[in-house]
Amino acid sequence: MQTRRETLKQSAVVAGLLATAGFPQFAQAAFNKVAFDAKSVQDAAKAAGAASLAESKDVTITGPDIAENGAVVPLGASTTLAGVKQLLVLVEKNPAALVALFHVSDSIEANFATRAKMGQSSDVYAVAIMADGKAFFAKKEVKVTLGGCGG
Amino acid sequence: MRIRAQASGDKATVRVLMSHEMESGQRKDAAGKLVPAWYIQEVTASLNGKQVLAAEWGPAVSKNPFMQFAIKGAKAGDKVAVTWKDNKGDTRTDEATVS
Repeated sequence: MQTRRETLKQSAVVAGLLATAGFPQFAQAAFNKVAFDAKSVQDAAKAAGAASLAESKDVTITGPDIAENGAVVPLGASTTLAGVKQLLVLVEKNPAALVALFHVSDSIEANFATRAKMGQSSDVYAVAIMADGKAFFAKKEVKVTLGGCGG
Repeated sequence: MRIRAQASGDKATVRVLMSHEMESGQRKDAAGKLVPAWYIQEVTASLNGKQVLAAEWGPAVSKNPFMQFAIKGAKAGDKVAVTWKDNKGDTRTDEATVS
């Protein structure tokens, strides 16, 4: 177990590294506001750089069939396609469709899981965007019995 | 932030639990005013100081966010650091060792 002091010390070192080294590979990774403001799945994917959108068996979205609490819906997105640049998780009927966007690099598996808020029952999407702009998606319906937005 | 990194085969599965309000900007307070959005926008992860993951999040990620990913080629003893930055500019970095 690490002590708090050790953790803080290491954090400072890492922060220093991050500040000095710079990562040209991720230079484009500034917050994509347009994509996160987009209302529909198509608009969000387009804003993230997708030229065409097609359904594919090689992309997987995982989630519950029925979510009792819309405030915490575990969603996972993965793909077996090679050359994927970005992996998106979207909820169609949320005020803004895009939930999370992951930049895939060579040293990371194209398999992510997180938890999302859902306002109402909706289709959830995983979209894989390739280097050439082609995009493939998978969708799944998630029923929500108690909404996670508004209040 | 709680980070667990477990090596299995030629990869390490990393699970991160962050502590953040993740206010969506859709909620109203008792007076009927909108509560301004406050959420994590950028998450990055690095292995031994080299960045391996960048992610962007919207306000629809749940409160106290959870994230899971797998780093190829990570072995026991490697250091995994995760950093988040929210839309108010706050940032936090934590580090864990792959076990």
